[in-house]
Amino acid sequence: MKEISVHAIRDALTKMVQDINVNYPSDIYELLQQANTQETNELAKNTLGILLENAEIAKQEKIPVCQDTGMAIVFLKIGQDVHLIDGDLTQAVNAGVAAGYEAGYLRKSVVDDPLYERINTKNNTPCILYTEIIPGEKVIIEVAAKGFGSENKSTLTMLTPADGEEGVIQTVLEAIKNAGPNACPPMVVGVGIGGTFDYAAVLAKKALLRDSRTPNNNPAYAKLEKKLLQLANETGIGPQGFGGDATALAINVEYFPTHIAGLPVAVNISCHITRHAKEVLS
Amino acid sequence: MKHIQLPLTKDKMKDLKTGDFIYLSGELYTARDAAHKRLFEMIQNNESLPFDLQDATIYYVGPTPTQPGHTFGSAGPTTSARMDAYAPTLYDLGVSCTIGKGYRSSAVKDSIIKNQALYAVAIGGAGALLGKCIKKAEPVAFADLGAEAILKLTVENFPITIALDAQGTNLYQR
Repeated sequence: MKEISVHAIRDALTKMVQDINVNYPSDIYELLQQANTQETNELAKNTLGILLENAEIAKQEKIPVCQDTGMAIVFLKIGQDVHLIDGDLTQAVNAGVAAGYEAGYLRKSVVDDPLYERINTKNNTPCILYTEIIPGEKVIIEVAAKGFGSENKSTLTMLTPADGEEGVIQTVLEAIKNAGPNACPPMVVGVGIGGTFDYAAVLAKKALLRDSRTPNNNPAYAKLEKKLLQLANETGIGPQGFGGDATALAINVEYFPTHIAGLPVAVNISCHITRHAKEVLS
Repeated sequence: MKHIQLPLTKDKMKDLKTGDFIYLSGELYTARDAAHKRLFEMIQNNESLPFDLQDATIYYVGPTPTQPGHTFGSAGPTTSARMDAYAPTLYDLGVSCTIGKGYRSSAVKDSIIKNQALYAVAIGGAGALLGKCIKKAEPVAFADLGAEAILKLTVENFPITIALDAQGTNLYQR
């Protein structure tokens, strides 16, 4: 049995949400640089150059890369031999997120009631918290700051088994085309295939937290990722939708077993920043 | 490359075409979802508005809070389509230009043609860079809305691209 204080989780999150909002994640930054090098359209290249300059200004001056500093999404993988001490975990997670958004001068973008009152909670909480129990004595914290220009363009489709790979490809490309300039391309796209209605969406979100330079472990799905990326970049949407080669920086697919009657597909669209970080407490 | 001094009066707008890359300097107003909802209610109730819409430029933005020692926060454009329901009324009342990112509805396009107005886009996700073009910010209305309050911003060389001109030519469908 290992004791880990919820305060350690809180304090890690306070630092992480500030860091991801001013520093591009290394995978996304590398892919953005690569897109800039490979871009053949002049206006698109110019736009990618401005995005790289923006990243540099944000880093040097510690200004958020984007004003939509997102809604925080926290995935906690908790070792089953860990005993969490010093209070309520959910409260500590939200306290950590709130403290980071305050200290980092990040925008508070969460409203309490989605439909009627829509009053800003003024501390960017609650965050979305997923927990998972894993073997061992560690706590793995993963966090994303998800902007809603792109989140709003995400889709969930219940395909049938007969729709197959072609159906999945069409669904993903439709979502990308429909997102267009609104999702701040070049996009990063998380695709969740299988599971259930709800779980496909969680898989798509998890796909966005992956290192986008690393393909899926399963060669068939890695090949699908590559194919989807190529097709996305053939749409001609380009950076900011002004036209060009770089419509997507990466398409990450995650999958899970599903029912004999189903083929759920969730497409979680994300922008050219796709802020995410990971830390391990042990 | 053109430099334009705000306000965007009709004489300054007639030469601006879709695809033009322009640097704006002068005063503009911020407003996004919640501020539009309130402005719209005030218009319907014939109340006086918190700023003069004639020849005004509205920037769809919800900036980050300003850090000590900085002039302004991160301030890139938000998705314009969410303001489509309100934009035709505001153009009818004298607004000359709106700035955001992404597609507009055909009703907005029609209103822009009718009013000989403009829609422009700034680079989405370039908030740090765009925020540096903002030299002064004054509160105008709805401070309780936090990031969604209306501010009067003084900008210098703020880069935009015309996305819909008075002829209705669309940047995204050329």
